Amino acid sequence: MAERPLPTPSHTIGPFYGHALPFPDGARIAPQGHPDAISLHGHVYDGAGNPVPDALLDFWQAAPDGSLTGAPGSMRRDPSTGGFLGRNGVDFTGYGRVPTDADGHYALHTLPPGNAGLPYISVCVFARGLTHHLFTRAYLADGPDPLLDSLPDERRATLVATEGANGMKGAKGAYRFDIRLQGEGETVFLEFQ
Amino acid sequence: MALSQSDIDIEIKDQQDAYDKAVAGGAPVLHHPRRDYAPYRSSLLRHPKQPLVAVSGGDPETVELSGPVFGVTDITEHDSDLTIHHRGEPIGERMTVSGRLLDRDGRPVRGQLVEIWQANAAGRYAHLREQHPAPLDPNFTGVGRTLTDDQGRYSFTTIKPGPYPWGNHTNAWRPAHIHFSVFGTAFTQRLVTQMYFPSDPLFRYDPILRSVTDTAARERLVATYDHDLSKPEFSMGYAWDIVLDGPSATWIEEGR
Repeated sequence: MAERPLPTPSHTIGPFYGHALPFPDGARIAPQGHPDAISLHGHVYDGAGNPVPDALLDFWQAAPDGSLTGAPGSMRRDPSTGGFLGRNGVDFTGYGRVPTDADGHYALHTLPPGNAGLPYISVCVFARGLTHHLFTRAYLADGPDPLLDSLPDERRATLVATEGANGMKGAKGAYRFDIRLQGEGETVFLEFQ
Repeated sequence: MALSQSDIDIEIKDQQDAYDKAVAGGAPVLHHPRRDYAPYRSSLLRHPKQPLVAVSGGDPETVELSGPVFGVTDITEHDSDLTIHHRGEPIGERMTVSGRLLDRDGRPVRGQLVEIWQANAAGRYAHLREQHPAPLDPNFTGVGRTLTDDQGRYSFTTIKPGPYPWGNHTNAWRPAHIHFSVFGTAFTQRLVTQMYFPSDPLFRYDPILRSVTDTAARERLVATYDHDLSKPEFSMGYAWDIVLDGPSATWIEEGR
């Protein structure tokens, strides 16, 4: 076998990705009007507690039936005009991409993940100042889980989204998940081995 | 008071010397940049201080061992030619940038999305918050997409971007670069990076490039001028391969 090639280093996404990477319907993984749709939303904060307005979040998750294969069509295009058609409203692609707004806020609309074990949505964080992206998980329930169980309680809590919180009291299917890049309440970030 | 370039140069040198000494003493080679690289000021409040938590890739049900899928519905055939997105010709040095997307075993990553974005020939992004007083090019937005072919190859036709100033310190200028966003077959192979051009005099001054403290790794971010990729009476050719990292246990369906 040939010698293993060495990896290409990661680099920051920088502040000026906004005209390039976000796409219409990037936050809407759930077909519009789907009765089971849920929202995952929150803020991204830096080490001074300030919102990060130039973060980009990638989301990846299992389909409601547990499938991990995904489907094309997240950024479906019109071959004649080159414009964005958006998702077709039928296929569940499992993939979403959301930039934070000026207040560091994001919101994702999706269907409940059906992975084995506790349901979770995988999150990949990019931002100016992040030389390498950060992986984390937004768990939609708490309970026995190999990763969560390996963490002390206060750190465990950073991975579990709270349902119906923050002005959406009682709102079924609205989950709050804040991401803190540094400092008090720093989110647990993951390294896959 | 704003930091001068010489202040930053000293910090860059200190970091480089410390890394080189560590590796000479047996420390592992770092293929990726440090997360807390002080010469790049934006990293100071944005790097986690807690160690990353390891997740074993041995469980195939780990969601991150699969990844998003993109297909012919997601791109159009014109997306990879950034010079034809407007009515007129963009200004600048037209070029073809091409290479292969590979995994750590050297296998081609097929049918995966490669996205690029960049400044125009004058060093300005088509971005509202970008205030560098260089001209916008009405015929250049600087965004491209493509899918890799069966050999993992990608190719873009674009315009060579210019260097531009930024606010890290007094007289900070970024070397010309193209941003790349790529996916592998696993979500854990996700990569956002930047490609540079050979022999740029700004390399040594740039804290973003120098945040990759391993010299050989840094050199892998620089494309090669490839005369065979140049097209007669049309464009200059640059070759740049991308190798995706990822856990050794990455689970891959052969041939996908």
